[in-house]
Amino acid sequence: MNNFQLNKEGRLHHFITIEGLSKEILTEILDTAESFLGISEQPVKKVPLLRGKTIVNLFFENSTRTRTTFELAASRLSADVLSINIETSATSKGESLLDTIRNLEAMHVDMFVVRHAISGAGHFIAQNTAPHISVINAGDGQHAHPTQAMLDMFTIRQYKHDFKPLKVAIIGDILHSRVARSQIQALKTLGVKEIRVVAPKTLLPSHVEQLGVKVFNTMEEGLDNLDVIIMVRLQKERMTSALLPSEREYFKCFGLTEERLKLAKPDAIVMHPGPINRGVEIASSIADGPQSVILQQVSNGIAVRMAIMTLTLQNKGDSV
Amino acid sequence: MDNNPLKISTLLAKLESELKQLISKRKLKNPLMIGIHNGGGWIAEKLHHRLALQEPVGIIDISFYRDNFSQTETFSQVKPNLLPQQMEGRDIILIDDVFYTGRTARSALNEIFDYGRPRHVILAVLIEQEGREVPLRPDCSGQTLLLANNERIKLTGPEPLALDIQSPDKQLTAA
Amino acid sequence: MSKIHIANGRIIDPENNIDQTGSLYIADGKILSAIEAPADFTADITIDATEHIVCPGFIDLSVRLRDPGLTYKGTLQSETTAAASAGVTSLCLPPDTRPIIDSQAAIELIYDKAEKANYRHVYPIAALTPQLRGIELSSMAALKQAGCIAVSNATVPLANLLVLRRAMEYASSHDLLVMHHPVEPALENKGCAHEGFFSTHYGLPGIPEASESIAVAQCLELAKLTDCKLHFSQISCKSAVIKIQQAQKYGLDISADVAIHQLHLTENDIEPFNSSYHVLPPFRTAKDRQMLRKGLANGTIKVICSDHQPHDLDAKLGAFPETEPGISSLETLLPLMLSLVNDKAINLTQGIACLTQNPAEILGLPLGALSPGLDADICIFNPDLSWTVNPQNWNSAGQNTPFWGTTFKGRVTHTLQSGKIIYTLKLNTS
Repeated sequence: MNNFQLNKEGRLHHFITIEGLSKEILTEILDTAESFLGISEQPVKKVPLLRGKTIVNLFFENSTRTRTTFELAASRLSADVLSINIETSATSKGESLLDTIRNLEAMHVDMFVVRHAISGAGHFIAQNTAPHISVINAGDGQHAHPTQAMLDMFTIRQYKHDFKPLKVAIIGDILHSRVARSQIQALKTLGVKEIRVVAPKTLLPSHVEQLGVKVFNTMEEGLDNLDVIIMVRLQKERMTSALLPSEREYFKCFGLTEERLKLAKPDAIVMHPGPINRGVEIASSIADGPQSVILQQVSNGIAVRMAIMTLTLQNKGDSV
Repeated sequence: MDNNPLKISTLLAKLESELKQLISKRKLKNPLMIGIHNGGGWIAEKLHHRLALQEPVGIIDISFYRDNFSQTETFSQVKPNLLPQQMEGRDIILIDDVFYTGRTARSALNEIFDYGRPRHVILAVLIEQEGREVPLRPDCSGQTLLLANNERIKLTGPEPLALDIQSPDKQLTAA
Repeated sequence: MSKIHIANGRIIDPENNIDQTGSLYIADGKILSAIEAPADFTADITIDATEHIVCPGFIDLSVRLRDPGLTYKGTLQSETTAAASAGVTSLCLPPDTRPIIDSQAAIELIYDKAEKANYRHVYPIAALTPQLRGIELSSMAALKQAGCIAVSNATVPLANLLVLRRAMEYASSHDLLVMHHPVEPALENKGCAHEGFFSTHYGLPGIPEASESIAVAQCLELAKLTDCKLHFSQISCKSAVIKIQQAQKYGLDISADVAIHQLHLTENDIEPFNSSYHVLPPFRTAKDRQMLRKGLANGTIKVICSDHQPHDLDAKLGAFPETEPGISSLETLLPLMLSLVNDKAINLTQGIACLTQNPAEILGLPLGALSPGLDADICIFNPDLSWTVNPQNWNSAGQNTPFWGTTFKGRVTHTLQSGKIIYTLKLNTS
């Protein structure tokens, strides 16, 4: 059965979740992103690939950083971009999700890039939008953040080249992290040797080991001999919802310090989707240090999103 | 099919001579030679050497500028362009291996103009295969050919450079 | 009133231990006799029940008619039609209508509407607390007098255990059955799926099994303390079954029902983000399903109900956690029960007992059996008739079911309520 994200020819049409996508498709995204990397360094940072296409960034959850990356990616492909920020509060009932989509469809758009606070929003929109429109998930609730996972994979490939022998750990608030879920799926599909999650018990979802990961509750055990360290953000609300006592205690037990970094391989890379909480998840010296590839992740983010937009929108060629 | 007309060195010699004439006639100043990746790049290297140009050869990849009627695109092997910072007002010698429908030349022109408006662009190709689909033509070519509908001529390289005429049934190799 | 002869059907009456082919005789809205022909009986109507099963009409402990108040989801007319077509001749209406069933007037309104819709056996369950707010006690004596069959706070949590204790004591003093949804709201924590592999995989807020089993444990202690007759509505997990079994062994007057779909679907069956599968309590694991089936087989759980919750389209259109939970489930009640029998989880007589004799006993009503003198509430069904869940075969206003498009075996052909035929299956001859 063809994954709902693929069109009849098996090419990418939506990009909602890593789940169900083959290694070949993920690799195609990485290879395509490779080609786009150079564009950002040229004097003319534009190619006409998506000229005439209209891309709508539909953000139901605030995010300056992700939104600007998508805006830049679309602009560099010469597409027309529209960014809409819709504040959703739990108590107010505005226009329904479906009505918002329908109204925008009536303006003849080609793509929605959606970020939403509720898991499953990406699926819902993809399955209820007009057939010629592509939907990219920029993060839905705690479910998935596939473009972030792909730029993380791209970064890993840049520094490590071969996925097969890698030991990768994802550290932090796994329970609430859509990034972690997508990263785990991508790492599995690309065939890394070992995936670990390291977190206090309160921040681990139930049955997490069934996702195909090794679970560690201490940094000392979890960091041993690692090739890639991925830090996941800790949100301030976790302290007030009785999940953690304090940031100080979190850093003491789970912060990435110089001492702990030494437990990993000497050439291990340190990654973080950002924004980083210095002194909470990670020591400043490491964030700015030689093993950190955090800024590279940001540059890669544009190329990867350009690749995903191109692959999903370009496939209209034959079938439409 | 006589192999001699497709000898690479002969074709290059003709191009060299015609380009020299054109540079003089058009009064091109400090021309920038740009090859269209792949084959155009190899030819440009050869011509660059023959014409003893000072400025390094530029290379452009036109993958991102193709139109929908060109071959199906994957963007996995696109090379970054090798071009100088300042393109505005330059005299450009654009080089490609084969001119056929003209769409590649159209794409290359668009890409170059996105970098800045050149003063002159002249197009030189090793082989012109009849079958134009847009109103463009090279300023000079090593050889013009008329082939059968399903035949295509292709340059292989970079060493040695060789021209192939390919058809679905058989492949004839030239020198 | 007419004399009706239901001929040649396989009569299954668990209460009276009948399972044989024969005739059923009805007159004046009451059952005259089963198997033995009464003297001087000339039928006005004869129903040929060859190859069919004849049993007491089903008694459904939880059917949301959505009327009064939420008629964009369903009306008394549409949902009682659905009930009749499902072989359900008596249904209990939970108190979360609008107005909430916490006054005499509300109960009278419901009886009025039921009368007009020609479906008499609607049994309102009154609110345990006024407006279901969970703080004070409702006027249970008056409500009982007005005709409510039990009291419940529906799915709304009570302020604290003290209120629950007092409510149970008070209900008990008026001989009223307390029906309770066991949920610990802090642990439920706005979840929409069972806390387990599926919710982790898809990033959906989860409801741990402990939310239900802790609430069950608390209620059982209170039942012991207050000596109250307690019925658990729609349990879903293994621990709940085990605790209830222990309490019953101990001698407490505890009963429980389970929604028919919980006996079939688990979290593994959920199509990702398909809101048709959004129910509360959520679909849990295979082990829970297995234990629910065992509990049914060994009598810990005595009743199967439909937990019918029809919804309008908008209620199910949205990202999974945002949609309203609930399935329109009356019309799949019978085929799913038969499927359970087919799986050998229970036998046919047990299955029918769970829909007839047992709920009648819990409610204390003279129903659910084919004993002479009882109201002639009858269900006749063809266990081998195939049919597909589609708009042509569906009567409920709500089409929200994960079984949409599924082909089942087993369909009601006739339903009688108090000796009146309220439903006959009309097949399009193809």
